[in-house]
Amino acid sequence: MIHVSHLAADSTIGNPAINIAIFVAFVVITLTIVIRVSRRNTNATEYFTAGHAFSGRQNGVAIAGDYLSAASFLGIAGAVAVYGYDGFLYSIGFLVAWLVALLLVAELLRNTGKFTMADVLSFRLKQKPVRLAAASSTLTVSLFYLLAQMAGAGGLVALLLDVQSRLGQSVVIAVVGVLMMVYVLIGGMAGTTWVQIIKAVLLITGAGVMTFLILAKFGFNFSEMLGSAQAMVSQASTAGLAERDVLAPGARYGGSLTSQINLISLAIALVLGTAGLPHVLMRFYTVPTAKEARRSVVWAIGLIGAFYLFTLALGYGAAATVGPDRILSAPGGQNSAAPLLAFELGGVILLGVISAVAFATILAVVAGLTITASASFAHDIYASVLKSHKVTEDEQMRVSRITAVVLGILAISLGILALGQNVAFLVALAFAVAASANLPTILYSLYWRRFNTRGALWSIYGGLISCIVLIVFSPAVSGSKSSMLPGVDFAWFPLSNPGIVSIPLGFILGVVGTLTSRDSGDPELNAEMEVRSLTGVGAEKATHH
Amino acid sequence: MPGTDVSPSETQPSGAQYLAVQASPEFQRLRRTLRRFVFPTTAFFLIWYATYVLLGVFAHDFMATKVWGNVNVGLLFGLGQFLTTFLITGLYVRFADRDLDPQAEAIRAEMHWSEK
Repeated sequence: MIHVSHLAADSTIGNPAINIAIFVAFVVITLTIVIRVSRRNTNATEYFTAGHAFSGRQNGVAIAGDYLSAASFLGIAGAVAVYGYDGFLYSIGFLVAWLVALLLVAELLRNTGKFTMADVLSFRLKQKPVRLAAASSTLTVSLFYLLAQMAGAGGLVALLLDVQSRLGQSVVIAVVGVLMMVYVLIGGMAGTTWVQIIKAVLLITGAGVMTFLILAKFGFNFSEMLGSAQAMVSQASTAGLAERDVLAPGARYGGSLTSQINLISLAIALVLGTAGLPHVLMRFYTVPTAKEARRSVVWAIGLIGAFYLFTLALGYGAAATVGPDRILSAPGGQNSAAPLLAFELGGVILLGVISAVAFATILAVVAGLTITASASFAHDIYASVLKSHKVTEDEQMRVSRITAVVLGILAISLGILALGQNVAFLVALAFAVAASANLPTILYSLYWRRFNTRGALWSIYGGLISCIVLIVFSPAVSGSKSSMLPGVDFAWFPLSNPGIVSIPLGFILGVVGTLTSRDSGDPELNAEMEVRSLTGVGAEKATHH
Repeated sequence: MPGTDVSPSETQPSGAQYLAVQASPEFQRLRRTLRRFVFPTTAFFLIWYATYVLLGVFAHDFMATKVWGNVNVGLLFGLGQFLTTFLITGLYVRFADRDLDPQAEAIRAEMHWSEK
């Protein structure tokens, strides 16, 4: 989907020393805070959920920090600059998706769970098999997402810090991985949350200032800016660009029926994926009550919505002032639209700030993914499946820390291997898996009393496996010029977004599995889950204020 | 609430208690209130989103119709998605604060469970 990994052997713009200095300042400040809050990490509830003690507003800002990845900043602004309207579609899907989380999931999840998504899914079903299934899909989604971020970091430094050599980029990926482990190991959920809060404030403020500056340049006349953007595109000399109508749909996904269905498939995965992303769901445990979970989604929707409106203006602004020719020929290609615009508007300093923020963005997102995945392994697989709950919470915390180190090493090695590879489709895949494997079971277990273990297992594994199989045999992996493996062709599935098949399949398998099994669960547990989810009785409480 | 035994606060309620609460008219009313709002609203925003996506894919010329200067129908519909998202968020919060929270609070009080 959104490419963060174009590499080109051209020189960068701006001053890499300033970019690095601002980034180092970010790391120093956040590390200081992480070490300060780490003194409270004395038990598992503190470590995994920050003692349920963040306010709704703080958590809302952190959710925005967790959700707005480098891909959504550089990628969407770039896609709008080059494809116009079709780039805007991403941001709408990413935003509307939050209504699913707000209306159907956030509060009920907060009321029933403790540390992980699997807490809710396995609440009234058979613990071991359901936890194992939920943890498998949590780990898959987190690993795909993590890998996409790490590989993207390589492309980003080529653009922002003028590191061109493969070795140099590998070192940067290793630095990102080590910093991520430090944040997670020392800071736990509290430290990770603060990193996300600081990053979100910087990112949204930076984008807001740039939006103000670019609109001021056109006398706050949005229509005039659109006109200039189209004019610049029409004059472009890059092949195939001049004919594009960037104000109307179709510049990217027009043409064949396959590409149109591909777009529909992507749109479904975007809107249904968010409420099934484990690292988003785990954030709802950091607040004391369901009411605060509600407030955090409200803040997240406000901030994320404002941010996507900014990226719309920044994308068209970059097309209008920098022009698509210069954007596409810069190192980083499409992704350099926002940094080039920053340079145009505020020179070296603004570029430095925006570059450092983009880089900080990767750090914050990977830290959030790592704590989610390691918590799920320790709490769901180690404690529940392997040790039948016969472990202390301190032991879970220890296992989770070891897992975070293993994940960090895995992310660094895979990230280096994937350098220069087109792995951007992994983000779309993570959303598709979340929507096909997680969302059906979350919704059924919260709203459908009859739902049972077989339904959950069929739905989770069916959604997960169908997504992965379809993507492996899709043009994203083989058979076309932009594939991950361009040399071979074993693709038989025409779409690079599996959602349109796998999401309905996940929902249907949940129903079929449930109805073909006579198991209707334990009535007392079913009642407990329903009463707890709606009223908050029995919910985990805040441990400090 | 009929059939709910009084338990000392801070201990988890029993399974029998949960069954009794689940069957109580107060809880049924809370459940109905929630579902009557969230199900239709979800259907509405999903259909509106699907309409927007499908129009962009299959009704290119309609979406490209200029409305004001260079601003066309597609862009206005896109901004409309932002507007409805903000609007639904606001409406839901007002609804939840006014209609859900007091009902949930009453049931919690009945079960002797304080939220904080």
